[in-house]
Amino acid sequence: MSEMKKIKNLKEFSTSADRFEGANLLCPGCAHSIIVREVLNATNDDLILSASTGCLEVCTAVYPYTSWDASWIHIGFENGSTAVAGAEAMHKALKRKGRLKQPDKEPKFVSFAGDGASYDIGFQWISGCMERGHNMMHVVLDNEVYANTGGQRSSATPIGASATTSPAGRVSYGEKKNKKDMVAIMAAHGIPYSAQVAPNKWKDMVKKIQHGLEVEGPVFINAMSPCTTEWKFDPKDTMMISDLATDSLVFPLYEIIDGHKLNITYRPKNVIPVEEYLAAQGRFKHLFKDEYKHLIKEWQERVDKNWEMLQRREEAGV
Amino acid sequence: MAFDKMELNEIEVWDGNFAAAQALRQVQVDVVSAYPITPSTPIVEGYAKFLADGYVEGEFMMVESEHAAMSGCIGASAAGGRVATATSSQGFALMVETLYQASGMRLPIILNVVNRALAAPLNVNGDHSDMYLGRDSGWIQFDAYNPQQAYDLNFIAFKVAEDHEVRLPAMVHQDGFMTSHTAQGVKTLSDDEAYGFVGEFKPMNDMLDLENPVTHGVQTEEDWHFEHKARQHHDLMTKVFPKIEEAFDAFEKLTGRKYNIVEEYMTDDAEVAVVALGTSVETAVEVAKEMREQEGIKAGVIGIRVFRPWPFEYIAEAIKGIKALGALDRSSPNGAMGALYNELAGILVNSDEKAVLTNYIYGLGGRDLTKAHLKEIFKELKANADAGKPTTELQQFIGVRGPKLAYL
Repeated sequence: MSEMKKIKNLKEFSTSADRFEGANLLCPGCAHSIIVREVLNATNDDLILSASTGCLEVCTAVYPYTSWDASWIHIGFENGSTAVAGAEAMHKALKRKGRLKQPDKEPKFVSFAGDGASYDIGFQWISGCMERGHNMMHVVLDNEVYANTGGQRSSATPIGASATTSPAGRVSYGEKKNKKDMVAIMAAHGIPYSAQVAPNKWKDMVKKIQHGLEVEGPVFINAMSPCTTEWKFDPKDTMMISDLATDSLVFPLYEIIDGHKLNITYRPKNVIPVEEYLAAQGRFKHLFKDEYKHLIKEWQERVDKNWEMLQRREEAGV
Repeated sequence: MAFDKMELNEIEVWDGNFAAAQALRQVQVDVVSAYPITPSTPIVEGYAKFLADGYVEGEFMMVESEHAAMSGCIGASAAGGRVATATSSQGFALMVETLYQASGMRLPIILNVVNRALAAPLNVNGDHSDMYLGRDSGWIQFDAYNPQQAYDLNFIAFKVAEDHEVRLPAMVHQDGFMTSHTAQGVKTLSDDEAYGFVGEFKPMNDMLDLENPVTHGVQTEEDWHFEHKARQHHDLMTKVFPKIEEAFDAFEKLTGRKYNIVEEYMTDDAEVAVVALGTSVETAVEVAKEMREQEGIKAGVIGIRVFRPWPFEYIAEAIKGIKALGALDRSSPNGAMGALYNELAGILVNSDEKAVLTNYIYGLGGRDLTKAHLKEIFKELKANADAGKPTTELQQFIGVRGPKLAYL
């Protein structure tokens, strides 16, 4: 059983981080640290954590310092999920053998990784962890780009974004491919719980993390993480950008139970045009040139269609 | 603990794979994270079957690749328990990234490597390409020449690797098929003797100690990376051999079976000797005896038991008085001299010993090294010894079709 944490208000929630130190090297305005605090603050459970190579990892464990007050491991770019799976297997083994040092405690196992380390290079490892049924949670810090190496496209980079390996230029509007639907792929493993979360919707986040830690078996969480550096917005605007993403439905919040039953968990009262979301970020700046304006229209149509699909799936209730 | 012990005969007929699997059972490995590959698969299948039959207690993670297998081992080992796996060839190559991570993180994982050639062309048979690929990875490398040794060296490997002064992962190598699939008599330890020899796993910096959180796998740049790597090398150079000696002594007391970091056969008065790894050592010993009896050539054999750390001083001692040495390398040197040749040259260059050193490349992809080949090699070495200089090219390929391949 997971130890539910009572959370009264945002102030108490945001200041109760005692397992992830503010002393880290992440950029000002980086959503990674906000998300990690939200995940860790959602529970009083003991945690065994990992991070795959990426911004979070290089900014929080630079010898001789660490930002982590819970056991934490990093191996490489692709295998953070499997590191935690190995630890979870050892926990099972030692529990059965009566060799745990604190046998009364049930730690939870959580791996963090960026979209590059999850959608691309670590895809197979995560799939393996989900398929094998480890009692663990994988959280993607999805900033839709290889931020740590300086802004290359990943399979999470959306159409029209300018990334260093799919740059907008005289004859190109940037990334040509649509973002991979990782939540659907992970849900297709038949795992008990998968969900999308965003840092601005912290109550939704807490609920999902708590549920995810409570269920038995593998859990997949895709957390939108606006990147001030690569999305090109002012560091003070992280939450504003997050609001635009969730309220324009570019990043809808939902959960999938047991691989099939979909629930939408946030319905914006006033849906904002996608154009406003795009206009707030430098990575989409070029789309506002006359020759690419049709892409903004296509963006809106795609978001509308996706939202309709999610609603229909929810209604179907299967 | 909820598992049954197994009654073993004093001598069992086991192949190298099953011998290794039995050793993993007897030391009660907590987690095996593994992926199948020929010819090492039966080792982890064996563990899985012992688990299914209740003869071992632990967790078996059957993962989706060898990279994930070693990644799982690293996570499990950092969590704080006894961890082992097995692989060969391509699987070993896929693991290489994580091998460096395992040793750099000082995690005492035991990897049974059933040596096999590396593609292309694809080949499932034994040579030492994979073993050589691992030689800079910071692991301890033990080499078994037969199933008995594959069994025994696993116990030694756990004991040395898990020692808190060592804390380094170790590989136990055996030759693909020649050892792994060849059944021979293996003298066994009882379950209690085996477990008692290795002892209960003593965790250190274990992630599962919830009251003492640890950070594993940090970032270090130019300010600290060098110190970490230097420390690891220092420990390999200074701490590992004394611990291996200790373990060998304790094992001899327990079983009567004596192991040495460098195995010497008839080297005391030898004029010529070959230096080899794996099953070829046993063939070479047989041929050396015949050379002495039939040809009057004082032949000897030096078998490498510990390939990493490289037993520089032990070999310097072993080659004393030998006038011609043949380095037998079972891996394509791909544009250089063989690894054993280069390592031996490194010893000879500042030594008072003036042995003539030549290199023989043999057995790639499981090609047999025959007694006839070895006889020829010993005769050439004798000619080198008499001449005081090489009488052949420095590097020759043995047993390959077509015109003779020889270089330098």
